[in-house]
Amino acid sequence: MASDSIGKTIGVVVAICFVAAIFVSSAAVGLKPVQEENKKTDLLKNILIAGDLYESEQTDVVETFNTKLTGEIIDLETGNIVPESEYDDILNIEKFDIKKVANSAEHGKELDPKKDIASIARMPKQVAIYEVSGGSGVDKYIFPVYGKGLWSTMYGFIALDSDLHTIKGFTFYDHGETPGLGGEVDNPKWKSSWVGKQAYDEDWNLKIEVIKGLVDPDSKNAKYQVDGLSGSTLTTRGVSNLVRFWLGEEGYKPFITKLREEKNSEKI
Amino acid sequence: MKKYREIILDPIFNNNPIALQILGICSALAVTSKLETSIVMSLAVIFVVAFSNFFVSLVRNHIASSIRILVEMTIIASLVIIADQIIKAYAYDVSKQLSVYVGLIITNCIVMGRAEAFALQNKPLVSFMDGIGNGIGYSFILLVVGFIRELFGAGKLLGFTILPLTTDGGWYASNGMFLMPPSAFFLIGIIIWVIRTFKPEQVEED
Repeated sequence: MASDSIGKTIGVVVAICFVAAIFVSSAAVGLKPVQEENKKTDLLKNILIAGDLYESEQTDVVETFNTKLTGEIIDLETGNIVPESEYDDILNIEKFDIKKVANSAEHGKELDPKKDIASIARMPKQVAIYEVSGGSGVDKYIFPVYGKGLWSTMYGFIALDSDLHTIKGFTFYDHGETPGLGGEVDNPKWKSSWVGKQAYDEDWNLKIEVIKGLVDPDSKNAKYQVDGLSGSTLTTRGVSNLVRFWLGEEGYKPFITKLREEKNSEKI
Repeated sequence: MKKYREIILDPIFNNNPIALQILGICSALAVTSKLETSIVMSLAVIFVVAFSNFFVSLVRNHIASSIRILVEMTIIASLVIIADQIIKAYAYDVSKQLSVYVGLIITNCIVMGRAEAFALQNKPLVSFMDGIGNGIGYSFILLVVGFIRELFGAGKLLGFTILPLTTDGGWYASNGMFLMPPSAFFLIGIIIWVIRTFKPEQVEED
């Protein structure tokens, strides 16, 4: 049979690969703008959800984001705001991608395994945070957080009130936990159980944690505790760890402390 | 015309790829915890099987038999990437839930199986129809399983609450096992049992 000659075999394979490559690359390139747009909108949507600004499917995500929120990049170690003059290709509020920043040589760093309670190995040195402006000044601060759950790294946002210790919202935008079990971290009811909890006590010690089972409402620690999810002990432990990590010394604590001191000095 | 109808309808009950040929079980367990993901997965598989059958059949007389599997894989993989890209662009939320399973259509035995068993011997148009038929057969099981799992596991269908859960103040205590992959095993087993009860000729001899 002619189709078994070497020349024809190679010719046919090359032709098929060529056609297939054209189809695949045109699909990938042609659909990329839509996909990027989706990704971006999804991220913004989750920032809005954390800030309790996303009311329904009809909410215009971009519009609300632009009118209600201002973003800025802070340096985690010092708690200072990074001026725009230091922005570059990766470190830029417009296209801030926490994974990219954490992995970049310049803006990310390795974590000491002893301190790495969220099991993330690398973290960014500078992070984009968002401020929700209210009647007088900033109403809420929205911080990106991430850490390991049971199967995956979970990425989310946590919102703090302007008093900097009351949690105002919490959401994940990217995780690969088991749907129905660990995936219930997406459950609106559970997410709303975070609202009103206190991250720090009066002396600014980090107190927030997710406990196993239900919180006893009469306990004096109730305001620092969140119900665990049944059937997902390991995922909720991961959530607890990642929140404690990011609100701790390695995370936003320096920034929060600085901000608090600024506020106090204003009052005096 | 009658022939086409048979080719499309046959794989649903008479020659179902999951229930009779027991192919494609892996993805049937993984993506059926919700009806929505089942639907999108079904559409993706129908698309891939139909077009892979079509293209394989188109080139069937020009490929040497020693490399035919490589060629089939190239065609299938390209189609799966295209399907994945389309889902990412137009059903972003679902694509997040399906994660790797769209990519794994490449290894779905139904696609490869139909290319080998049917498309290599038949004309493009008939092969295309055969692909659609087998895709629908696969989808049929996926949708039934997805329907049952979401309804009894989460009390919802397509995200709308049907049975209000006790955790949300309703009366239905959800059965968490339905959300775990093993429940799909039981459900597929039951479906196979029902089909074979009505079609005893499908029962294998000992």
